[in-house]
Order: sequence, then structure tokens, then C-alpha cells
Amino acid sequence: MSKYETVIGLEIHAQLATESKMFCSCSTKFGAEPNTNVCEICTGQPGVLPKINKKAIELAIKTGLALNCKIEPMSVFARKNYFYPDLPKAYQISQYELPIITGGHLEIEIPNEGENSNSRLRKKINITRIHLEEDAGKLVHKGAERIMGSEESLVDYNRGGTPLMEIVTEPDIRSPLEAKIFMEDLAHLLQYIGVCDAKMEEGSLRCDANISIRPVGQKELGTKTELKNMNSFRFVQMGLEAEVARHTEMKASGEKIIQETRYFDTKTHDTKSMRSKEEAHDYRYFPEPDLVTIEPDHKWIEEIRATLTELPEKKRERYINEYGLPNPIAEVLIATKSISDYFEECLKIENKPKEIANWMLVNVMAYLKNKNLDIKDIVFSPRELIELIKLIEKGTISGTAAKEVLIKALETGKNIKDIVSESGATQISDEGALQQIVKEVIKNNPKQVLQFKSGKDPVIMYLVGQVMKESKGRAKPDLVQALLRKELS
Amino acid sequence: MNKKPAHELLSLLKNKKVSAVEIVKSTYEQIEKHEKEISAYVTLTKELALKQAKAVDEGKRSGPLAGIPIAVKDNMCTKGILTTCSSKILHNYLPPYNATIVEKLEAAGAITIGKTNLDEFAMGSSTENSAIKTTKNPWNLNCVPGGSSGGSAAAVAADETVLALGSDTGGSIRQPASFCGIVGMKPTYGRVSRYGLVAFASSLDQIGPMTKDVRDCAILLNVLSGYDEKDSTSAKLEAPDYTKALIDDVKNLTVGIIDELMGEGVEGSTKEAIEKAVKLLESKGAKVKKVSLPHLKYSVATYYLIAPAEASSNLGRYDGVKYGLRSKEAKDLITMYKNTRAEGFGPEVKRRILLGTYALSAGYYDAYYLKALKVRTLIKEDFEKAFKDCDVLISPTSPIPAFKIGEKANDPLSMYLSDIATIPVNLAGLPAISIPCGFANGLPIGLQIIGKAFDEETILKAAYTYEQNTNWHKEKAEIR
Repeated sequence: MSKYETVIGLEIHAQLATESKMFCSCSTKFGAEPNTNVCEICTGQPGVLPKINKKAIELAIKTGLALNCKIEPMSVFARKNYFYPDLPKAYQISQYELPIITGGHLEIEIPNEGENSNSRLRKKINITRIHLEEDAGKLVHKGAERIMGSEESLVDYNRGGTPLMEIVTEPDIRSPLEAKIFMEDLAHLLQYIGVCDAKMEEGSLRCDANISIRPVGQKELGTKTELKNMNSFRFVQMGLEAEVARHTEMKASGEKIIQETRYFDTKTHDTKSMRSKEEAHDYRYFPEPDLVTIEPDHKWIEEIRATLTELPEKKRERYINEYGLPNPIAEVLIATKSISDYFEECLKIENKPKEIANWMLVNVMAYLKNKNLDIKDIVFSPRELIELIKLIEKGTISGTAAKEVLIKALETGKNIKDIVSESGATQISDEGALQQIVKEVIKNNPKQVLQFKSGKDPVIMYLVGQVMKESKGRAKPDLVQALLRKELS
Repeated sequence: MNKKPAHELLSLLKNKKVSAVEIVKSTYEQIEKHEKEISAYVTLTKELALKQAKAVDEGKRSGPLAGIPIAVKDNMCTKGILTTCSSKILHNYLPPYNATIVEKLEAAGAITIGKTNLDEFAMGSSTENSAIKTTKNPWNLNCVPGGSSGGSAAAVAADETVLALGSDTGGSIRQPASFCGIVGMKPTYGRVSRYGLVAFASSLDQIGPMTKDVRDCAILLNVLSGYDEKDSTSAKLEAPDYTKALIDDVKNLTVGIIDELMGEGVEGSTKEAIEKAVKLLESKGAKVKKVSLPHLKYSVATYYLIAPAEASSNLGRYDGVKYGLRSKEAKDLITMYKNTRAEGFGPEVKRRILLGTYALSAGYYDAYYLKALKVRTLIKEDFEKAFKDCDVLISPTSPIPAFKIGEKANDPLSMYLSDIATIPVNLAGLPAISIPCGFANGLPIGLQIIGKAFDEETILKAAYTYEQNTNWHKEKAEIR
């Protein structure tokens, strides 16, 4: 029904995963006491000079390579001047006319809007540029939400000077959903190559959007608004949907859209004006005279290229083609770098991709999700998981018992072997011991026995289950079934 | 003791003819006698100095400057010692760190006498823009000492210190050296670390020695020079031993006289003194020729776009948030910013912040700042061309000798224009020295010798030769 087309371009800020800050050697560690990870440089004392963190340049180049970009042979830092208490020098060192990386793209998969809703369409989103800059500090206000009207405001410069990478896309995105998918895929990629932990909720990945609508078929872009404060993937989509709706309504009622910066109100789920174009700052950019130009040599770039790990898309293909995993399972495994790392560690020990994937997905990841943990947080090693799979194969323990053993191992960090021997969870493969239980189960379930005997064969599984329960999972199911059938025949 | 140059004191100390404590004490005696009239210092560090001197005498403190008093311009950060930039906005600022050159002086065993007065944030040519005090010229107390390193120059000239540090953005070492009859050198941009020098114009600022003679200049430059990883703009070059360049010989040297700086506007006796100096060098075997730098006439205009532009950004951090002055009139964020900066900065600093902010503004950037950068390149090229045939270039340091206090205070443009000979050197990033070469009505005249980038040695050689064959540097001001 919509006769308008949505046009979106994104500006993404990604905190780089460096140990130290962009222009000094202070730690970037999150969560320290206020103003403890600071020095004369990142608090803007008179007379200090910045010094470029080479690691930040390396990570930006790595990102550029992963996004098929051009690494500029010469780029320049610039000062962006404005006053705010979280900015100790009253300028941010950023890049302006000559960024370190230009061009490039990321391919995403979007739902095909045609009749077959399951089919997916691949789409290239072009990257305009990537540049480096430093983050500002953090303000805390008393008695008000913002600095205006607060009784007092405190500033913490721990975050000040943390390296940021700004990624700017072309206005290639055509829907809020596409924007969300792009952000998810980008976050995924950044995590993968280890340049950013990319958690929108924690602010290590932030997204601003430029958005406009135009009649379908029109080339010229409509008046855009900039939307801020979308601090989750879901809010990216919701915020943009709200803004598209606002633009569409305004067009329908003949109102003029004004160029302005707006923010997404996560409580009311609509967008509100922050400042108009007239109120926009004049940042008086000029080349930073305290720093020299960045000129990465070819050899270094190639060294960085060599450290680039397999990208998610390639990995997914490999999991399907090489390991014969179904696509949905492959997708879950590649979705988190630490999970696919774990999976591949397991494979190195024992080449059983399907069993490993199955145990990881159904049990390990369920546990992690339940406890809100990352796989890196647990002591349960790939070696242990393989141990477990081997014990099942050998028939030492049943699948049911294995689940309990696994939970115990995850919770206590104990060895699989120890748990098994302590709990006596080894399978009862001794017919004599089982025979007793089988007889009792037949005796206690006359109704089901009757059903089975009258030809309802599947009821046997119920009886097997009862035996398993009685044996606390230690019985071998196929043996139990055989014994039951023998007894009932 | 305090009247002797450092190299003489060093050999006396070495031969145990004098103790460091004696030197320091006699320096403070001189300060007590004359500081009231001269007003060279913002802060004196007598206790620290005596402690340091004692350590030298006890053999616990050593180095190439062990036992030698030095005064540090008050725009260089000294840990835990007041660093005001002669500004109200930093009236109470105690740096949490040392400038690299302060660390170097410490390692060299030098004795810190105190921090010297300057034009606020080094913006000025007379030290009258200090928010703290007005420094007087030891040769005539009614005259300015020059600026912005006027405190350092006056302290050396009045023997209130042996050595001093200055900083030079458009002539701030050389012009006061010239006005006070001492030696002052601005090294090549990148030769001396700027880390800890409170920035005025980052692409122009450079720290340098202010001394009683050329040998002291070389000795102090030895201590200051060298790459510093904290300053990305410092040069990754091995600094030579500059004292090896002190040779009384200018044969095979081609000296170029800058035509544009010898004409209109240059006071008569200054011009005469320079011409005499050139003749002397010629008589010692130097080849002399006239050179023309056609873009020199744009240098003051160029400078007054680039320097204020950088300054407007560099001085943004004085906002009342973190250190220094915070206006008591502040009611909210905006009034804190406005009132703090209105109360804290003097008129010249405000003028330059306004100029620079304007030059960088959207819509004006290309016409002003960018154009100025282009002209800067042309001026640089003029020098490069001149240096194809010359080893050093010569001009007066200032077209006029020291002027009266108050004479130009209300005429900033005429004050700006008096820096015509020194400004182009900063724009080109070159090294240059000012040495005493005569007097006009009892006021010293300075000779400027400009060298190729990172060739301070040839400058020192020419300066040393001139000095060895004259006595100007031995003249002492009679303070009255």
C-alpha cells in the first residue's frame, strides 16, 4: 500500500577492543572506580600531547579488510571542537576529510518480500568510510536526567579517550528491518574478527541513523532526520519504524519534514526532537597539529590480513558442506564466536560434528542461556564433552544419565569420569539386575500391559520409560525393550 | 658568581673553586636586590634550589648542568610547582606531571631557580600581557623586556639566573633576547620535545635556550634536544654535540642578507649594527650575498590566522571544569563557561581566541585558515630557495630596540608588525638565534641568524665566530 520508499544510512560507533586508550596508556577496562583509569593526557591537562595507539590503527585496518574496504595510504587526525564537561580538551580528536578507511560493503540476507516468505535475498550495503576517534567521559547528574536543571553533575573520565571506530554506510538500507539485520550482521562480524565486543545494550556498539522517505521511483532524496538513542538491535528497528511512520503521516497530511536530530524514546516508543539544523554545532574541524599523518605500509597491512580469521559467512558454508550440518544448526553455532570456537576445539579432539553439535545445542547452550553465561565463563572443556560422548557410545552410560552427568559437570566443574564413578551412573547392562525391575514394572502397570498385548505396540515405549525411571536412567534402553518384549510375549 | 656564564661556572665547580650552594646563594642575593624592580619571576623555588645545590655539592646530583641555576618560563609544566602561564585562569594550577624538558634538566643536575613571567599564554611581544606582573627591561626600567619570554630574558640579563628556558611561537625567545642583550635560540620545529609546554600554537611552538653567551646556548641545547616518544612531532634524529660546532671560522660559509628585512621600518642604528655585523663576518672570510624572500610580507597576516586558529582550540580546555579558575558567578553550565573565560582570560588572549574561532568557522575556513596554510608553504619554499645558495640567513631580530612600557599596549597591530623578522622562521619551522650586536641609546640590538632545518650547528658556528670577535655579550646592564 505504501507509495513511499524508505531510505536509511547508518553511522555506527564501535568501541575498539584495545587494552589501552586511543592516545595514552591508560587501561580501557570497564567498571573501575570513577577517575582511576586516567592520566594527565586523558584528563586534558595543560601541555599534554596525544600519542597514537598502534593497536587501534591495526584493528581499524582489520575491520576495513573484513568489510572489503580500501585502506588509505595516508590519513589525518582532526580536531572536532565543542564545549562539554565530558570532553576534557574541549575538542575530540577524530578524523574528518581524510579517514583511514574508505569504500567497501557488507552483504546481508533479507527476507524476500515476494510470495514465498521463506526465501531470502542477498543484499550489498555499501560502506562509505570508517574513521578513528576517541570517546568522551561520562556524566552523572543529581536531581535531573540531564545537566540542565541538575543540582550537581559529576564527571568520570575513565571512558574518556577510549578508541572508537565510526562506520558510515551509504543510504542503501530500505527498511527498519534491513537496518536491524545489518546491525546484527555487522556486530557479529566485529565480534568475529575480535575488534569489538559489539554489545549494543552495553554501549560498545552504538547506532545513529539518517532517515528519509521519497515517492517510489523518485531519485532525489527526501528531507532527512537523524535518529539517536537506539541502544539495542530491537530498538533500531522500532525507532526507525516509528520515524518512518512519522514521516509518512506528515507527508500524508501535507506537513513539511524539517531536518533535525531526534531521539527514540524507549518508554513511549516514539521519536522526539533534540535539536534543529540551525542549532547544530559548528565544530571548526582542522587537522590535529599534535599528530603526524597515518601511513600504514603495505607489509603491515598484509600482516594484519593474515591474522583475519574466517568470516562468519564462510564458516557457515563450511559447516554445511564439510560437516553436513543442517543450516539452522550451523547458524546457531556460528552466531557467537566463542561457541564456534568451542565447537571447533571439540572437532580437533574427535571428528564427530553431528554429535558434538547436538550436545552443544540441546544441552550446553540451554544451560548457558538459563544461567546467562558465556561459554568462556565455564570450566567445562571440549575434552570433557568428547569424554561424555565417548562414554555414551561405549554404552557405559545412557543418554538420559549423560544429561544429568553433564549438568553436574557444568555446575560443579568436576571431571565427567569422576562424576560417573561417584554417582554410579554407569549403565546396568547386567540382565539379572534389570530383570527384577522389568518384572516389577509389568506388575505395576497392568493397564498398559493389556493395551500392548491387544496390539498397541508403541505402548512398549511407556514401559521402557518406567524401567528407565526405576533404574534412575542407568539402564540401557534397547536392552530394556528386549527384556520387556521377551517377558510379555 | 651569578654573573658568569654556565661554562665558566662548570669549570670552577669541577675544580672545586666554588660550590653549587654558593652559586645558588649569590643568585638569590641578586634576585633579592633587583627582583623588585625587574619582576622577572612569577614563582621562586629557593628551598628546592638550595636542596638541589646541596645534593650537587654532596655528589648526589650530577650531570652536564650540575649546580647551574636555570629559570623556567611559566608555561612549562613543573610537577607540584605552580604553572600559571601568567594567566588568571591558571592562577592556582599545580601540574601533576613534569614537562619532558623539565625531566631532562633534572637528569642534567640543573638547579631550578623559579618560574618566569610571560605574556599570558605566550601571546605578546612585551610581557605586558601578563595577568600577574609587568617585567622591566634591566637596561632601562621604563622599557619592556620584549616577549613573550620577557621574564626569562630579563632574569638572564639582570643575572637573576645563569640560564633560562623560553618558548618561541613567533619570536618569543629571540625578540626578548634581542631587547635584553642576551643569546636566545629557537631550535628547528621538532628538535626539542613540546610535551609539557602549555600549547599556544602547536604547529609553531618550540622550546629553546636563553643564555649569556653562545657557548652556554650550545651546552643547554645539548641537554634539551632529542626525540621524545611523548611528542609525535619531535624528530627521530640523533642530536649532535653542539659544543663541537663552536669554532671561530666562517670561511666557506655563505651568508645571505634578507633584503625584505633591511628596508623600510627598520630603525637606523639597528640597520647599521646589522650591516657592521655582516662586514665583520665578511672580514673573517664569509661570502656575503643579498637574498629576497618575496612572500615574507605575508608572514604576519599568515601567522595571525594560523596561530590564533590553533590557540582557539588549544585554550578550549580552560573551562572551569577540571582545574584553574571557576567563576563564582556560575549558575549553570553555560554561565560557568562564559563567566570563567570572561574573568580568566585577558584582552589579548580573548582577541586571539576570537580571531582563531572566526578563521576556523564554517564558510570561512577555506578563505582564511586553508589559504594561510598555502601561504605558509610558499614562505617555506622561499627559504628553501634561499638556502640553495646560502648556509645561513641574516636579519635584525627586531626592526626596533625595546620600546617604552605602555607605548604599544593599545596598538596591537603595530605590536604584531614588530615581529616581522621572527615570525617567518616559525612558519617555516627553521632554527634561528638572536645574539647581541650593538646598542641604540643604551638599549641592546639583536642579530638574527637563521639556519637550515636541523642545522643548528652552522648557526652556532657563525654566532660563535661573531661573538669571539666582539664584546657585546660581555656588556652588563646597570640596573637603575
